[in-house]
Amino acid sequence: MVHDPADIAALLPLPSATFHILLALAAGDRHGYGIIQDVEARTDGALRLSAGTLYRTIQRLLEQGLITEPRKPNASLDDPRRRYYRITPFGTAVARAESNRLAQLVRLARGAGLLPKRS
Amino acid sequence: MIRLYRALLRLYPTSFRLEYGDEMSAVFAQHLAGAGPLGRVGLFLGAVADVVPNALALHWDVLRQDLRYTVRTLGHARGFAFTAILVTALGVGANTAAFSVADFVLLRPLPYPEADRLVKLFERSLTGRGYNELSPADHQDWKRLNSTFEAMGAYADGAVNLVGAGDPRRLQIASVTPDLLPLVGVSPLLGRVFEPETDGDADLRTAVLGYGLWQSQFGGDRGVLGRSVNLNGAPYEVIGVMPPGYYFPSRGVEAWLPLVVSPDDFQDRDNTFLKGVGRLKDGVTLEQAQADLEVVAARLARDYPETNAETGAFLVRLQDEVQDRARFLLLALCGAALCILLLACANLANLLLARAAARERELAVRAALGAGRERLVRQMITESVTLAAVGGAVGVLVAVLAVPLLTRLVPTTLPIAEQPTLDLRILAVAALFTAFTGIGFGLVPALRAGRGGGFTALRDGARAGGGRKQRLRAGLVTVEVAMSVVLLITSGLLMRAVWRVQATDPGFRPDGVLTLRTHLPRPRYDDPLRRDEFYTRVLSDLRALPGVESAAYVSFLPMVMTGGIWGVTIPGREETRDNAASLRFVTPGFFATMGIPLLRGRDIEAGDTFDRPFVAVVSEALARRHWPGEDPIGKVFQFAFFERTVVGVVSDVRVRGLERTSEPQVYLSHLQVPDGGLIFYDPKDLVIRSSVPAAALVPAVRRIIRSADAEQPISDVATLADVVASQTAPRRAQLRVLVALAVLALVLAGVGIHGLLAFTVSQRRQEIGVRLALGAEPGGIARLVLREGLLLAVLGIVPGVVAAYLAARGMSALLFGVKPADPATMLAAVGLALVMTLAGSLLPALRAVRVSPMSVMRTE
Repeated sequence: MVHDPADIAALLPLPSATFHILLALAAGDRHGYGIIQDVEARTDGALRLSAGTLYRTIQRLLEQGLITEPRKPNASLDDPRRRYYRITPFGTAVARAESNRLAQLVRLARGAGLLPKRS
Repeated sequence: MIRLYRALLRLYPTSFRLEYGDEMSAVFAQHLAGAGPLGRVGLFLGAVADVVPNALALHWDVLRQDLRYTVRTLGHARGFAFTAILVTALGVGANTAAFSVADFVLLRPLPYPEADRLVKLFERSLTGRGYNELSPADHQDWKRLNSTFEAMGAYADGAVNLVGAGDPRRLQIASVTPDLLPLVGVSPLLGRVFEPETDGDADLRTAVLGYGLWQSQFGGDRGVLGRSVNLNGAPYEVIGVMPPGYYFPSRGVEAWLPLVVSPDDFQDRDNTFLKGVGRLKDGVTLEQAQADLEVVAARLARDYPETNAETGAFLVRLQDEVQDRARFLLLALCGAALCILLLACANLANLLLARAAARERELAVRAALGAGRERLVRQMITESVTLAAVGGAVGVLVAVLAVPLLTRLVPTTLPIAEQPTLDLRILAVAALFTAFTGIGFGLVPALRAGRGGGFTALRDGARAGGGRKQRLRAGLVTVEVAMSVVLLITSGLLMRAVWRVQATDPGFRPDGVLTLRTHLPRPRYDDPLRRDEFYTRVLSDLRALPGVESAAYVSFLPMVMTGGIWGVTIPGREETRDNAASLRFVTPGFFATMGIPLLRGRDIEAGDTFDRPFVAVVSEALARRHWPGEDPIGKVFQFAFFERTVVGVVSDVRVRGLERTSEPQVYLSHLQVPDGGLIFYDPKDLVIRSSVPAAALVPAVRRIIRSADAEQPISDVATLADVVASQTAPRRAQLRVLVALAVLALVLAGVGIHGLLAFTVSQRRQEIGVRLALGAEPGGIARLVLREGLLLAVLGIVPGVVAAYLAARGMSALLFGVKPADPATMLAAVGLALVMTLAGSLLPALRAVRVSPMSVMRTE
């Protein structure tokens, strides 16, 4: 599917909570608490999403079409009563664009001598 | 703990809570599971810090969304939006204006420090109900003997001639005891006020200027302190200037002089001319002070039984000394304004109900697409509050424009500015009315719409708007019509009354007459010959001016000074009870100048001097009263210290004003007055009849008076027509406000009828289409709509007329003989209401006729 680059650009830069949630979902469908745990593990405990921030972000991501709530979660997932979220192709595209943007920034920082050259 | 958390989640918008509440609780529960008791508390506190900002952010999102939606939908319904905003603006505007004036006059503390401790002191008659001023001796004793007042002072109103600062001017002043200004408690802008230590020093000629006088006559010069000004021919030293906006005891006072009380004045305790003012000690109530002064008065009654046996004390807070009439006018205004607000609310409710009904399909569709009921209600309330807020903002503008029209209702006797300024208080009042209108009347239709919900509206061909809802709306409209009819009839009756008053013949011809006052100061003009010299010089110079037909001096203009009464006795007859006549001294030519017809005999002449026989010109009514059926010429009567012979008869003048019965008039030669007597009656009002416009004449008149006496101030310049017109000024002010409100009510009722009919037509499109398809005449369809409008009107008009009749009987004292059931007024009001109904029904009727049968049938 081809996404309009303008649609993607309009959403960048992503707030850090949003980016982390997309990263968590990129690895697979998760429910809310699962996302919190995943983000915490991925950042070594540096970022602990609060429930309020999480669900407010989820609501917006759903509205913007970056994630969906699949009617039937994967059978492998444990709790059928929980609500699960899945990243959409558009969400993936946005997350990729954000990653590129960050990588670009890192390159610039290296060029300026703020970071050690890649060894 | 989890229940607490669920309660906390109520902070979220309902839609969000329903969607994610369970999930969030589950997450919270999982967090809790691994925590100890202390950790649980910590977790909960963290949750509070998490939920509150997030909930606020979400509310803000929803609000923005709703506002965007509101702007978009209202853009499609411009007529509706415009009407709703207009209706709210008028309701809020009328009320904000009315209440800000009422608040300004009746509620707000006077602009003095701790104004609630200031009271006015009067002597009270223990036998009658009246109360009057204090005698100097009583004031002194009250001050000495009381135990509840921090300070007590007194003043007397007066006027002086100011000479030497620009043109000579007549100043309104207050003569005050030295303690008065300090006890009122406002510091002077410059210099000082009188100090209590100088009490009793009668020779101290000092003056304190008001800010307005300082600006106008002294150019705001700070060097005015210490300067000497000439007041009534004596030098006074300026010791202080009061700040702008300082008024005491009333708005008109321009300067303050020390009160000079002669030893003689202290002798007679019946000589009451001082107005007492006191400042209560902190914490003393008015009742305690009243009781305290009653004790003092009782003691004085024992000590001075001849004068004080029947004298008590009467206290009133300075704040509360508002005339009942002014209070009544303002309260009536507030009442009428509230009527308008209710009318506006009824209208708004009607509009919103209609809109909600018309949008039932849209709402049902949105509900079907997953919008929660709460979400829809919230959206509708956002819409009505938005409308109300815009309406309220426009309403503030309306109020700003309306307040100056109401200033005539601010009594001039109060020490406050002429008109209230727009401040936060007034804006708060406006906001209150707006919120009341918007939320109160937006809520019902919104909830109603929310309740309806369901899919019924989506069913093909479902008609919205059940019979009950229609009846409620029709009821609201008939009430609107009734209220507008009441306001129309009462203001119509008052209008007829004003016309009738204005049509009353004053007894003179006011057109083309210029009047002004030159108050000749005593003792400079003690000698009657010196006064005569002034009059003769001024009058002969005036008569030489081109365009001037005649000119004369009189003691007082009719209607300006309505008293000045003296008893008539006929030699050889017993004194009758009903013998009062108004006394006026005139110069020759007075009747010709005023246009008072001379019926018999002759005018006062220059030859009627003190050494000649004392003559009088009497009015018709006096001749009829004392010499019925006889020729009054040559008759003799005792009047104003001398026997006077009637030499002329003139027609009667309404001295007491257009609405009151006047005593008969007696006119005497200004030269036939006892030396040094009747100072009060010195001719001071100049009347000039000319063919030149008054404004063009005034400079020449001023020049003439200045050349006769360079120190003589001129005041009260006005045309005689203005003097007569001012008779009806309060009535006209009241009428203007009432008519404005009546027109407003009429327009609102018209909007209400239009709204209801337009809605009915849109609801009955199918029916109308079918009728037209079956061959109904368009005229018949239009009649159908008009008939419904007329029915509403008649249902409102009938009770309206009855209510108006009852209201009119209650105020028959104001009607000047116009009957409460005056048929012309009633017919005019009913006619207007019907015209308004037709106007309101016309558009809906046209729309009904234009219904295309084909398009209607297609949707069916």
